[in-house]
Amino acid sequence: MLKLFKKRRIRGGVHAEEHKASTSGQPIAVDFPLPKKLYIPLQQHVGKAAEPVVRVGDRVLKGQLLAHSQGMISAPVHASSSGMIVDINDYPAPHPSALPIRTVVLETDGEDKWLEQPLAGDPFQLDPEEISLLVGAAGIVGLGGAAFPSAVKLNLGRKNKIHTLLINGGECEPYLTCDDRLMQERAVEIIDGIRLMLHGMETGQAIVGIEDNKPAAYQAMQDASLPYPFIKVEQVPTRYPMGWDRQLIRYLTGNEVPAGGRSADVGVIMHNVGTAYSVHKAIRLNQPLINRVVTVAGGAVALPMNIEVPIGTLISELFAFCGVDQDATQRIVMGGPMMGDALPHSNLPIVKASSGILALTRKEIRSTAQQPCIRCAQCVSACPAGLLPLDMANRIRNNQLDAAVDIGLKDCISCGSCSYVCPSNIPLVHYFKYATGELVARQQAQHKSEQTKRLIDDRNARIARIKKQQEEEEEARLAAKAERERLKNEQGTLA
Amino acid sequence: MIATKKLSSGAHTGTNVTVQRIMWQVILAITPATALGLFYFGWPAVNLFIITILSAILFEAFCLRLAGKVAISAILDGSALLTGWLVAMTLPPWAPWWIGVAGSGVAIILGKQVYGGLGQNLFNPAMLARVALLISFPIEMTTWANVAPINSSHAPNFSESWSITFSGLDTMAPIDAITGATTLGFVKTEFSQKHLLPDILADYSLFFDFLGWTRGSLGETSALLLGLGGLWLIRQGVIKWHIPVSLLLTVTVLSGFFHLMDSHHYLTPLVHLNSGALMCVAFFIATDYVTSPNTPAGQLVFGMGCGLLIFVIRTWGAYPEGAGFAVLLMNAATPLIDHYIKPRIYGRYRNGKPLEPKTVEQERKS
Amino acid sequence: MFILTAVVSLTTLGLILGLMLGIAAKYLKVESNPIVDELEALMPGSQCGQCGYPGCRPAAEALAAGEASPTLCPPGGSSLAEQLAKLLGVEIDLSDVKDPELLVARVSEDTCTGCTRCFKVCPTDAIVGAPKQIHAVVADACIGCKKCVAVCPTECLQMHPVEVTLRNWRWPKPSVSEEVATC
Repeated sequence: MLKLFKKRRIRGGVHAEEHKASTSGQPIAVDFPLPKKLYIPLQQHVGKAAEPVVRVGDRVLKGQLLAHSQGMISAPVHASSSGMIVDINDYPAPHPSALPIRTVVLETDGEDKWLEQPLAGDPFQLDPEEISLLVGAAGIVGLGGAAFPSAVKLNLGRKNKIHTLLINGGECEPYLTCDDRLMQERAVEIIDGIRLMLHGMETGQAIVGIEDNKPAAYQAMQDASLPYPFIKVEQVPTRYPMGWDRQLIRYLTGNEVPAGGRSADVGVIMHNVGTAYSVHKAIRLNQPLINRVVTVAGGAVALPMNIEVPIGTLISELFAFCGVDQDATQRIVMGGPMMGDALPHSNLPIVKASSGILALTRKEIRSTAQQPCIRCAQCVSACPAGLLPLDMANRIRNNQLDAAVDIGLKDCISCGSCSYVCPSNIPLVHYFKYATGELVARQQAQHKSEQTKRLIDDRNARIARIKKQQEEEEEARLAAKAERERLKNEQGTLA
Repeated sequence: MIATKKLSSGAHTGTNVTVQRIMWQVILAITPATALGLFYFGWPAVNLFIITILSAILFEAFCLRLAGKVAISAILDGSALLTGWLVAMTLPPWAPWWIGVAGSGVAIILGKQVYGGLGQNLFNPAMLARVALLISFPIEMTTWANVAPINSSHAPNFSESWSITFSGLDTMAPIDAITGATTLGFVKTEFSQKHLLPDILADYSLFFDFLGWTRGSLGETSALLLGLGGLWLIRQGVIKWHIPVSLLLTVTVLSGFFHLMDSHHYLTPLVHLNSGALMCVAFFIATDYVTSPNTPAGQLVFGMGCGLLIFVIRTWGAYPEGAGFAVLLMNAATPLIDHYIKPRIYGRYRNGKPLEPKTVEQERKS
Repeated sequence: MFILTAVVSLTTLGLILGLMLGIAAKYLKVESNPIVDELEALMPGSQCGQCGYPGCRPAAEALAAGEASPTLCPPGGSSLAEQLAKLLGVEIDLSDVKDPELLVARVSEDTCTGCTRCFKVCPTDAIVGAPKQIHAVVADACIGCKKCVAVCPTECLQMHPVEVTLRNWRWPKPSVSEEVATC
């Protein structure tokens, strides 16, 4: 009884206005015209950037490797269509700063011709390690937004005692419906991907968590999972941020991941439904991750929809296709409105982690001026991590970053719930992002100053050594000279 | 054109709740009780009400000017209006004009602006004003008018009300014996003369008291309307239930216990709950965001503390009504409560240490 | 009489307490401040002189004596200022410490003659090269002390701000001026 109570507990969170109806009812559009040029960044994942294996002028086929992964945590990048490489250079990244990122520019030839590769045969006969190798080679990263290389997580699954694979079908962000549609239309493929992941992780069972505002997706997944009793599909309450992995882990398993730890510490690993679908495509069809379903929505979009587009498509082309009113667009957001990043312009590419592109109007982004905090503590109730956003922001505003860390800054997940409910419109998450970045910068500065000291010490030691050596040589020279003189004198006297 | 001028982080959307909206919702919730008070106590009450609110807004504007801030937008947020309103509600309805002005001055200047304005104050401004007035002007602050609805024959007419407000009550020869004590005050005086409760409350009507047909502060006589307004605020999500419930429950349990022990010396919980001041404090004063704790658990403690102090002061203190003192004392304790009662952070124990990865496994086995 | 008693007793009390303080000062004396060493250990040690003192040791001595503010060291920035303040046990207002715009030296390849003067003065060995060959600056090791700029005969060494990239980009602090002054 106590356990049941504990399991069903949700902390904090908000009932955000969903805005999902405009896109959740229509099928995923697959008729997006192939763009003339694709801008494929070499780092679309957490970890090290991929290193290009093609050169400018090379002809590539769809699905061909463009850049291979570097080091333990990285992911390769593949050609999203067939064509010619016309540039490998710095282009603006889909990031709030739009700073340059190394990008392969692919001019498509319109043939969209696949690279022919033999299929591996029955994947369930393969070694589990083979599965993660295939997943890694397909460039699959977490498609929920974190973009963590999936193969690394599968390996983690084998190395740790994982009893359950959790599949995140929460999609708690407003506006976004790409996972919803994927589950409605491609449930069989997702379930197949889950089975493949279970095989790769050597884990016995899986639970899919779907928010209860997606009954159609739940039904489809339920039906598709019927033949496999070890895959359970469960409904979870609709309450942002239900799709925060740790919230979902607690809700589905009753366990809480320790602070600073990993989900593997409580015996589970979580993947997104989109990731499961990509695993299916990579292993059954030999197709690397080169396209994804993106939700295009927001008040300025005339034809909001879910749309399957090649990685590297410019947002501006998506906007043109969906009829975005440029003048009405006040803010472009990549991802959901709660955690997504505002982009400075639309000439930026879709990457693996782009779950949605929103063109929000002035009305939607709440443009009221910032007001003083009235300590209403709405943010305290909304925080799913149990923090005190108002106090943290206050301390950060007064440059007391360490004091903010003392009350839990490092446990903040930037979910945006506090900013969402704040009646004074205080940019709370912005404060936390600033403070976190500043702390990292300070740490790096300290690291650099230690390094500098070491370099200076080394140099001083070297100079001292050289000086000593020179002195010794000088001494030896003088001694030798004296010796010679003496010998000469002796010879003189002898003579 | 599409261009985000400045960097903005999530959330990119929000609720439509703003500070203004919250203030106006609270004002709406106290309007019925205030309107009833104005109706029962007639034109002098209306005069006092208007003077108090106007002076609150003027004081606010004056302070903002001094601080070099933009006064208009700040006044539009409704916080000064609400503070002035709450001050007016707690005043004796026929108090002279300068009581209202002094109350607003204390509330806005000493209670709010010297701390740095909205959101910075330690004490509830309205209660600070009330307590300051009560201590400084005990006569004016305990002279209660009888109920005389605005349209009734024995109510002061407009010109009479003018002189009540501006010249003071003693000049009001035509209207005689209009004053007495509130129920709680009456009980307290009678106790001091060694009378027992059954005799004291022989004429007391719980029903009339409940409806607000009783002597008392301008907007605090009707427990019914105040309670309904408070419940509406909870329903609207403006305030949470924790403080009112724990406060009222504490008063009920304590007074119930003592009443059962000795019904001749301790009032029943019903009389306590019926006093409008308790309802007003429970729903509108103690729940003030700025001066109450941030966490639900802290709010429960805060409510209990207020309830306990109210009961103690009412029962054994020198003042018949202790709500103002109780709230101020608990306001002072709020930073302490917030320091010790914090939410547990996800993945950590209450003391801030990360959870042990193994404990969960072990728990699962057991 | 009463006055006399009071005066006498207070004077006696004062004398006794004063004596005790004197004794305490003599026998419980703390040996001279070892904090200078600790302070110096924190500092960059490049003796760059940007603080106005002839080197890191004199700067540390000035700090320990309370003659200088913990914010004195430009290359150390706010991170060092914070550490120094912590060690000294003083409160500082970091909002005044503008982290200096970080500069790194860069060699212009057209005019470098390979004279090796710059890498001889570089305190962190951040310049690499050989005689008669174009030198290069290792940006990660450069501390922006400008010593090389001073000795370069062809002015081919110039200071440039550190480039902002996706790796070192940080969210700026939300500006308070955006807040409508509604307090």
